[in-house]
Amino acid sequence: MFPEFKDKLTKKQQKWLFRIILGATGFVALGILEHAGAFDEDRWWLGLIAALIPYLIVGYDVIRKSVRNISHGDVFDENFLMMIATFGAFGIGEYREAVAVMLLYQIGELFQNYATGKSRDSISQLMELAPKTVVVERGAETEEVDPDEVETGEIIVVRPGERIPLDGEVIEGESMIDTSALTGESVPRAARVGDAVISGCVNGKGLLKIRTTKCYEDSTVAKILELVENATDKKTRVENFVTRFARVYTPIVTIGALILAIIPPLVLSGGSEVWISWIRRACIFLVVSCPCALVISVPLGFFGGIGAASRIGVLVKGSNYLEVLSYVKTIVFDKTGTLTKGEFRVSSILPAEGFAPTDRPDASTAKPEEALLEIAAYAEHYSTHPVAEAVRDAYGQSADLSRIGSTEEIPGHGICAVIDGRQVLAGNAKLMRKYGISFQENLQGGTVVYVACDGTFAGTIVISDTMKDGVPAAIRDLKAAGVKQTVMLTGDSEAAAQAIAKEAGVDQVRSQLLPADKVEIVEKLLKEQDGRDALAFVGDGINDAPVLMRSDVGIAMGAIGSDAAIEAADIVLMDDDVRKIAWTVRIARKTMRIIHTNIIFAIVVKILILILSVFGIANMWMAIFGDVGVLILCILNAMRLMGRQE
Amino acid sequence: MKKKYKLDEIDCANCALKLENAIKEMDGVSNVKVNYMMQKMTLEADDASFDAVEKSVIALCKRMEPDMDVSAV
Repeated sequence: MFPEFKDKLTKKQQKWLFRIILGATGFVALGILEHAGAFDEDRWWLGLIAALIPYLIVGYDVIRKSVRNISHGDVFDENFLMMIATFGAFGIGEYREAVAVMLLYQIGELFQNYATGKSRDSISQLMELAPKTVVVERGAETEEVDPDEVETGEIIVVRPGERIPLDGEVIEGESMIDTSALTGESVPRAARVGDAVISGCVNGKGLLKIRTTKCYEDSTVAKILELVENATDKKTRVENFVTRFARVYTPIVTIGALILAIIPPLVLSGGSEVWISWIRRACIFLVVSCPCALVISVPLGFFGGIGAASRIGVLVKGSNYLEVLSYVKTIVFDKTGTLTKGEFRVSSILPAEGFAPTDRPDASTAKPEEALLEIAAYAEHYSTHPVAEAVRDAYGQSADLSRIGSTEEIPGHGICAVIDGRQVLAGNAKLMRKYGISFQENLQGGTVVYVACDGTFAGTIVISDTMKDGVPAAIRDLKAAGVKQTVMLTGDSEAAAQAIAKEAGVDQVRSQLLPADKVEIVEKLLKEQDGRDALAFVGDGINDAPVLMRSDVGIAMGAIGSDAAIEAADIVLMDDDVRKIAWTVRIARKTMRIIHTNIIFAIVVKILILILSVFGIANMWMAIFGDVGVLILCILNAMRLMGRQE
Repeated sequence: MKKKYKLDEIDCANCALKLENAIKEMDGVSNVKVNYMMQKMTLEADDASFDAVEKSVIALCKRMEPDMDVSAV
C-alpha cells in the first residue's frame, strides 16, 4: 500500500497493520450493510455476525491476552478492560461502536509501538558509534576481532572512513578525524603521530595505526553509550507523579464503571432502556480507563530531549538532570576554562608619560609601546612564569642574548635585570615599592607588570586571560532562556575579575577565592534558591569535582576524553562551546513543557469525558478519542523533540 | 549483584510500569528498573540468593507478559 512506509515496519508491525486494514474494510462493509437495512429486527443476529468478523480479526489477541491475564487475577489489565467495554457495547446492541473501539485501540497501540521503536532508533544511531569489529596487529599478522577482546597497549589499524573503536595514541599515519558524532563540531581535527584520539570519531582519508590506551569498557564511546542508555532509568519528579496517578486512576475508573452499570438502574428501577443507558456510560468509563497516554509521554519526552542534546554534543546523564535544568534560575561559572581560555595574553601596553626609548640606533623610529614591550621581554627572557611567557609571546621576536647583562628573579616580586647596560625592573607593585620607584598604580584589572628603567617608571603592561569567543552572546542567550542570575567565581584579583565579568555580562563576581571557598559560595547560593528554582554550576571538570557534585546540576565543559569530568558532572559538554549551555537549557525547558502539556491534556480530556458520560452526554466516539486520540496526539507532541533543534 | 536483561516485545509503557512495581515487591529484590524505551531491565539482588531471585523474576515476567522474551545481556 505505502511501500516506503511498509519498509520501515518490523515483521510484527506489518502483520498488525494488515489485520487493521482487513478489520477496517470489514468495518466499512458493516456500515454499508447496516445503512442498506440488511439487518432488520428479525435478522439482528446477521448484524452481530457481520460485526464479530472484523472485531475478531483486529481484536483476537486482545481477547487472548485478557483471558490469560485475568487468570492471574489482574483485573485492571488494559486488554481485559478493553474486552469488557466492547462486550458491553455488543450487549447493548452498539455493534459498530464495538468494532470501532477495538479497531482504533489497535491503531493506537500500533502507533505507539512504531513511535517508541523510532525514537529508540534515534538513540541507536548513537550506538553505531561503536564499531562491531576492529583490526588488531598481533605479531606479524592482523586479525579482525571484537573491540572487547583488544587489550590496552595493543596496536589497532583504522582504515579510512572507519570509526575509531578504542581510545589510543597514533603511532603511524596521519589523517583528519571527524569528531562530530561526539561533539557536534563539524570541523575535523588533525591526528598525527603522538596525538591522542578517542573512540567514536570517524577516521578521514589516512590509514592510522593506534596504540590503545584503554580497553573497550573504559573507552569514551562505551562510557557514553552506557550513560545514554541508562539516562532514562533515573526517576524524575514528573515520572513519580505519573506513576502514582496511574496506580490509582485505573482502579478508580474501573470501580466507577461497575458502580455506574449497577447502582443507578437498580435505584431508578427502570426497564431495559435504563439498563442500556447506564451500561453504555460504564463502557465509556472503561474505554478511557487506560492511563497510557500519560505514562508514555514521560519516557518518550525525556528520550527525545536527551537525544536532541546529544545531537549538539551535550551528554545528559539522566532524565532528572534535564528536569532540574529546566528549573535553573542561577548559573555559577568557574571562570577559567569556561568563560576564559586559561591562556594569558598581553592586553594593553601603557608607557609612562615621558618614557623615552633607549639610545639604540633604531630608537627614534620605535614607538614607546614597542620599546616598553621590548625591554620587558628582554628582562623576562629567562623566566618561566606564565606572565613572562605572555610578554615574550607578545614581543614575538627572538632575543639578542648579547644585550642581556644579568637577570635576577625575586620570588613574589618580579625580575631585576641589566639590559643594554641599564637596570630594568619588571614585576608587580611590591617590586616597585621595594626599589622605591614612584609609579602609577593600574586599577583596570588583569595581571599587571610594571616596568622601570634606571630607577624611573617606564610603564605598565597589562596581561589578561582571554575570553572565549561568543561569551557575551552566550550569557545574553541564557538570560533570554530564563536564567535570572549569573555568577562568576575566580581566584583572580578583584579588579581583574570585574573586568572580565563586565565584558562577559555576568551579574555577580566573587574574586580572590581559594578552591575551598567555591563550595562554600555555591552552598550559600543554593540556600538562596526559592522553591523549585535550581542552581547549575559550570566548570571545566578539573579541580572542581566537589562543586560539580554539590550543585543541583553540575555541568562540565570541554570534557572530551576526560573521564574524571564525565564522572563528576551531571551534564557534559563534549567541547567547550559555552553557547551550548543556553541551548541545553532551552531543550530542557521544551522537554518539560511538552511533557507537562501532555499530562495536563490527557488528564483533562479523560476527566471531562468521564464527567460527561456520567450525565449521559458523552458517546462512545468521544470515549475512543479520549483513549486513542489522546494517545496519538501525546505521542506526536513528544516526537516533536526528535526533530532538529536550531 | 547487578544484571541486565533485554526485554523483547514488552507491550506498553504502562505494562512496563506495572511489571517494575510487581518485581520490586518480590522477596530478595533490592532494586529493579524496567526501561520501556530501551526495552531493558536492570535487576539488583544479593549475591547469595541471586540465582533463585532471577529465576522467580523471569517466571513473573513470563506470567505477566507472556509474549515478551527475557534474555540476559
